[in-house]
Amino acid sequence: MLDGKIPSGPIAQKWDNHKMDLKLVNPANKRKFTIIVVGTGLAGGSAAASLAELGYNVLNFCIQDSPRRAHSIAAQGGINAAKNYPNDGDSIHRLFYDTVKGGDYRAREANVYRLAQVSNNIIDQCVAQGVPFAREYGGYLDNRSFGGAQVSRTFYARGQTGQQLLLGAYSSLMRQVNTGKVKLFTRREMLDLVVVGGKARGIIVRNLVSGELERYSADAVVIATGGYGNVYYLSTNAKACNVTAAWRAYKKGAFFANPCFTQIHPTCIPVHGESQSKLTLMSESLRNDGRVWVPKAKDDKRKASEIPENERDYYLERKYPSFGNLVPRDVASRNSKEQCDLGKGVGETKLAVYLDFADAIKRVGENVIREKYGNLFQMYEKITASNPYKESMMIYPAIHYTMGGLWVDYNLMSNLEGLFVLGEANFSDHGANRLGASALMQGLADGYFVIPYTIGGYLAGTKFDKVDTENDAFKEAESQAGERAKKLLSVNGKRTVDSFHKELGLLLWDKCGMARNEKGLLEAKKRIPEIRAEFWENVKVTGNANELNQDLEKAGRVADFLEFAEVLVHDALIRTESCGGHFREESQTAENEAKRDDENFSHVSAWEFKGTEATPVLHKEPLVFENVKLTQRSYK
Amino acid sequence: MSTKKIDLTVKIWRQKNSNDKGRLETYTVKEVSTDSSFLEMLDLVNENLILEGKEPVAFDHDCREGICGMCGSVVNGEAHGPEAGTTLCQLHMRHFKNGETLVIEPWRAKAFPVLRDLVVDRSAFDRIISAGGYVSMNVGGAPDGNAIPVPKKTADLSMDAASCIGCGACVAACPNASAMLFVSAKVSQLALLPQGKAEGSARAKNMVEKMDEEGFGNCTNIGECEAACPKEINLTNIARLNREFFKSTLSE
Repeated sequence: MLDGKIPSGPIAQKWDNHKMDLKLVNPANKRKFTIIVVGTGLAGGSAAASLAELGYNVLNFCIQDSPRRAHSIAAQGGINAAKNYPNDGDSIHRLFYDTVKGGDYRAREANVYRLAQVSNNIIDQCVAQGVPFAREYGGYLDNRSFGGAQVSRTFYARGQTGQQLLLGAYSSLMRQVNTGKVKLFTRREMLDLVVVGGKARGIIVRNLVSGELERYSADAVVIATGGYGNVYYLSTNAKACNVTAAWRAYKKGAFFANPCFTQIHPTCIPVHGESQSKLTLMSESLRNDGRVWVPKAKDDKRKASEIPENERDYYLERKYPSFGNLVPRDVASRNSKEQCDLGKGVGETKLAVYLDFADAIKRVGENVIREKYGNLFQMYEKITASNPYKESMMIYPAIHYTMGGLWVDYNLMSNLEGLFVLGEANFSDHGANRLGASALMQGLADGYFVIPYTIGGYLAGTKFDKVDTENDAFKEAESQAGERAKKLLSVNGKRTVDSFHKELGLLLWDKCGMARNEKGLLEAKKRIPEIRAEFWENVKVTGNANELNQDLEKAGRVADFLEFAEVLVHDALIRTESCGGHFREESQTAENEAKRDDENFSHVSAWEFKGTEATPVLHKEPLVFENVKLTQRSYK
Repeated sequence: MSTKKIDLTVKIWRQKNSNDKGRLETYTVKEVSTDSSFLEMLDLVNENLILEGKEPVAFDHDCREGICGMCGSVVNGEAHGPEAGTTLCQLHMRHFKNGETLVIEPWRAKAFPVLRDLVVDRSAFDRIISAGGYVSMNVGGAPDGNAIPVPKKTADLSMDAASCIGCGACVAACPNASAMLFVSAKVSQLALLPQGKAEGSARAKNMVEKMDEEGFGNCTNIGECEAACPKEINLTNIARLNREFFKSTLSE
């Protein structure tokens, strides 16, 4: 049984008590420690900056040409906090409760409570950094509503909240680069974790410009490399998002938790065709004013504007009167699929539903709508060549976020000592479904307000042997990474890397997407190793290892996705209940809602690597709920 | 969305590494969906090249939704191509005609050396931010977010400037390869807000000095930067930067 190391005591005091119990590293000693941070998104960037501010030496790595490009930048809608500025009944406890409920009771209570507690500090920190949040005319911060909550607690900067928060973290980070406390390594991809004496002590990276493999050692390693949504090929993730860093850590002994908890976002721009390379999200904030509907009649060929009011089915408002269009993402997505499955889908592919602003424009005027969502409407028009002020938007669900990730305890440390995992890369706070505007909150909570304390406790309480990059473990990891690149380049087959990636993605979307069943999962489980085998026999990767080679980069990532996908499907197969984003068709209520099985599945499933072709071993961390009552989630 | 397919001739800059001289090479690409993006068209060029056993064109890209600032090339002489206020990844092929020839080149600037094909090194931008593009505050000491009201108009102007994605199109479009629009966007964002005022003029001075040191050219008010900017960052930011810079010379 896995121990999450949750501090004892009443939930509201756990974090404060724990901070008192954690050992401190005195200021003069902090400069003796070196910490590797992989990733520069909200979690990695804020962690690297904060740790450097404390006096640690930080080595910070990112895959793009600049830390400012991390995919957090694409988050649109906002960030939650329990400020209760609108005086509408919010509190730390309510944010905690909404998040645990939103996650369908599959998150760790204590982590979520801490998240809600530090949420307010995040807003203060970001304002002080110069993040231009939206303001009301009196000059005070504005809020809006997001799914799964009946209060307005979401702070935002137009439709570019992620960008502004990330640029805030980036500015703090670059300030520390200027002081010399952070050494920044851009265009580097982590290819392996180096473990010495049972502790994470370094990484192997590929310099993406020169192709050289480089070794870096440290006293602790922090991974903040985001989620694995791109295993589905088409997702809202940036193209470079991948599972490699997390997967390499898994293969070195770190447990991978709840990989089947993937989030499918209800409001994305529908797929246009085969050449589509990624999907674009339309922020959930649009559901504040937009109304989701389909024609009442099947296979209605009329344009949206020609369908009169009484022939439209605003199905979310009809089915969920108390939350309406603002039901959580998993519920909204499943309902879109249901309507399309019923033959009521719209657009050329019939895989879309309408999101309509006509009423909102009538109510508040086009200018107000433009002010709130202008950039999103503009983006929609650019992609689809259709004007959403005049015509209904068309939307369809797409893979967006992954709740699963590397297992961590309350200190955000993996079972593998010295390895810390932050942000989307860990599994800890969102259970089986993340609420909108909570990813930004978690990334920054982990980086600004959790890791600075917990890593100190680890460093102060641990004896370290001197380890440098001449250690055999480094040599071995480097040589394996080199061999792998050589192998990829030597296959010289007939299919491109992308063709394998697309095949894998389509398989997962069909068999392990919005709805899953045993038959489909078994088929996928059989098929994935076959695709993987063909990949290693028939892939064509061009160029050399000792140069900038984007084809080789992609090949390495897809090779890891082809291994990881099998664990994802296995996890989905074993979890025979429905919960949050994981909808098992065998387990639903009479009203087709997700039906949990608390008796058998109120636990975290953490998987241990036993070999690429071997079944991983399951470790369970029981989830104990002392502060919320488990109920069947209802948004009616 | 009404889908059509078009055929194109593309002349793409190929350069093995920063020591190579580089040259334009010509390819044909057939059956490009008009609903696909410019980068999806390049994907198609690359799939074909790989299947022919040739090396694909290296180009930077990531979010493909116009916000990360990673992509960008000069298309027929225009940074990010012909559409105003649009990054290359958001430029759709419906804006091109069947049979058209496109010339695709990397950003050209002394401060942005070419690494390979269309990929350039923009780390000079990071170094400029590192020289002062921040509010000097540590985590932990921030007052309540509502402690200092900021007039809505000011916050909106600050947000306009903060929309900069750091793609470098302004530099590529400028005949002097100046980075003034980029620098002014960050200086303005922070100078407008009460939180950024305390070190406003030092920030302007340090960032401008770094900009000069990195080899960017001077601003001669041509305005190509504003025209090319995918986020439509306004030239008035440069005026604001000049004021902040001027203030820093007075306080010395």
